[in-house]
Amino acid sequence: MIEVKGFSFTYPTASRPALADVAFEVAPRELCAVVGGGGAGKSTLAGVVSGTVPHLTGGTAHGVVRVNGRDLAETPLSGLVGEVGLVMQNPFNQISGARFSVREEIAFGLENLGVPREEMAARIDPVLDDLGLTGVRDRSPYELSGGQQQLLAIGSILVMRPTVMVLDEPTSQLDAAGNALVFEALGTLREQGVTVLLIEHRMERLAGAADRVLVLDRGTIVAQGTPGEVLADERLEEWGVAPLRYTVAARHAAARGLWPDRQPLPVTLDAAAEGFGETTDRLARGDRR
Amino acid sequence: MIIRVDSLTFRYPTGTTALDGVSFQVAAGERVAIVGANGAGKSTLARHLVGIERPASGTIEIDGRRTDGLGIAELARTVGFVFQNPDDQLHAASVVKEVGFGPRNLRFPPARRAELVESALRLTGLTQWRDTHPHHLSLGVRKRVALASVLAMDTPVVVLDEPTTGQDHASVVLLGNLVDGLAADGRTVLTVTHDMDFCVEHFDRVIVLAGGRIAWDGPVAHWPAYVADAADGSLELPQMTRLGHRLGWERPVTTVTGFLDRLSPGPGPAPVPSTSP
Repeated sequence: MIEVKGFSFTYPTASRPALADVAFEVAPRELCAVVGGGGAGKSTLAGVVSGTVPHLTGGTAHGVVRVNGRDLAETPLSGLVGEVGLVMQNPFNQISGARFSVREEIAFGLENLGVPREEMAARIDPVLDDLGLTGVRDRSPYELSGGQQQLLAIGSILVMRPTVMVLDEPTSQLDAAGNALVFEALGTLREQGVTVLLIEHRMERLAGAADRVLVLDRGTIVAQGTPGEVLADERLEEWGVAPLRYTVAARHAAARGLWPDRQPLPVTLDAAAEGFGETTDRLARGDRR
Repeated sequence: MIIRVDSLTFRYPTGTTALDGVSFQVAAGERVAIVGANGAGKSTLARHLVGIERPASGTIEIDGRRTDGLGIAELARTVGFVFQNPDDQLHAASVVKEVGFGPRNLRFPPARRAELVESALRLTGLTQWRDTHPHHLSLGVRKRVALASVLAMDTPVVVLDEPTTGQDHASVVLLGNLVDGLAADGRTVLTVTHDMDFCVEHFDRVIVLAGGRIAWDGPVAHWPAYVADAADGSLELPQMTRLGHRLGWERPVTTVTGFLDRLSPGPGPAPVPSTSP
C-alpha cells in the first residue's frame, strides 16, 4: 500500500521543485503506471516511494509518504530493505560489483537479509528461471548484454519478495521476449498481493497490464485514470508521452469518418482490430459515409 | 562501400562466441538498423565498427581502409559511436565542454569547432543545458549529450547503440528527424535497436542478428514478412503491421500513413500524423 499526500520535493541545488503537491494511492494487488516526458519527475517519484529520496539525496520535502502504513520521513532506509524493492533505471548502477556470477549477484540481497542458505536456493532458482537467466547463471554480470543486466537487476529485487515494488523503466533495453517475461512476473506479483508502481515509456504492454495510469508533467500529476482514458487523451503528446500508433491511426480515421461512431479510441491491439474490422466490413459493403 | 565486414568472428576472453562469421556491406548514405534478441551480439558488432573490440578473425574495412591497422583515434575521424549507456562516454564538467571534446581532439580549427558544437547542441535540443554538468541531467538528456558529442565530430558514419532507450516522446521524434537529416546529408547511420516502430519509420534496411550470426538482411519493407515467418518471440512486429495482420491484410503495412492509405485509398493526400511519418 502506497499513500502520498500533498507531497513536494526540491533537490538541494535546484531552483524549482522536482515534485509539487503530488497526491495518489496505490492499493495492494494494484499495478499503477507512471508516465510522462523527460524531467517530469518520474524517477524522483520512484525514489520518494522507495525511500531513497530524500534520505540519500538530501533536499527539502513537504507532505506525507506512507508505505504499508509507515511514514517514510520517520523510517530509516534500513527499515525498508526487504519490504520495498526499487529496480533502478540504469541496471549498471544496481549491480553490486561485489559478486562474480549472476547467481551470486541474485543471492547478494538475501545474504544481507540473513536468509538461511538452504532457503536461498529455493528462492533463487525460480527467479532465474522466470526471467530466462538460467542459461547465464554462472557468467559474470559484466559479461551480460544490457538487456540481460536489466533482467538481472529485476531478479535481484524480486528474490527479496518485497510487498511494495517500484520499477523505473525496467524494460527499456529488453527485446520482446524479455519484455513479456517482465510483464508476466509483474502479473504474478500482483496476484501475490504486491503493490506495484511502474514507470514506463513503452505504452503498449502497459495499456494491457496497468490498473491505473498517472501522468506527471513538470512535477505535477496532470491526469490519472484507466489506461483507456489516459492513453487516448489527445493531450498525451503535450505531456511528453508517445501515443500508441493505432490510437493515432484511429484518431485520423475518425476525422475521416473511418472509425465506428461512439467507440472510444483504442489503446490495445484487440480494440483497434475490432474497430477497424467494423470499418473495413462497412467499406466492403460500399458504405462510404 | 563505406563499410565492408567480412567473416567477422569474436570471442570473449571466457570463450563465449559473440559473433560468428558475420559479413555485410553498407553504402554511404544508407540507414541500417541492427535488430535481434538480447545477447545476439548487436552491441558487440557495433563496437567492432569503431575499433573498441578487435576481431578474433575476419576483417572490417571502413572507407577503404582495414581497421586492424588503425588506432581508435584514427577511426574516430570516420566513425562516431554513441554508447548505449551515456555514462560510459561522458566525462567533462559541462555539456558544452563535453560536446567540444571530440572536435578539439580531431584538431578542427576553432571557428569550425564552434560551428560544429553549436549545430550539435541545436540538433539535439540541448542549447538550454550547455553550461550544466552532465551528471545533473536525467538519463534521457545525458543520452542526448552523448549523441551531440558524436555529431560534433562530423564523421561520415554514425553508429548508435539503442538510441531511443529511456527517451521521451519528443526526444524520439527529434532523434528520428536527426537520422533522416544525417542520411539526407549523405552520412551513413547504423543503429542497434529494439524499437521496431522507430526502425520502420526511419531506416532503409534491417540486419537481424541471432546467436552471433546474420539471420536476415534486407530492405525494411520486406522485413515484416521475415519476422512473421521466423517468429521466436524475440522480435516484435511494428504496431501497424500487427494491426494489418489482425485485419487479414496480406501485404504488410508498417506505418500509420501506410495503414490509412490502405484502409481507404481515395482522392486527396493522406493525412500525415504529427507523431510519426
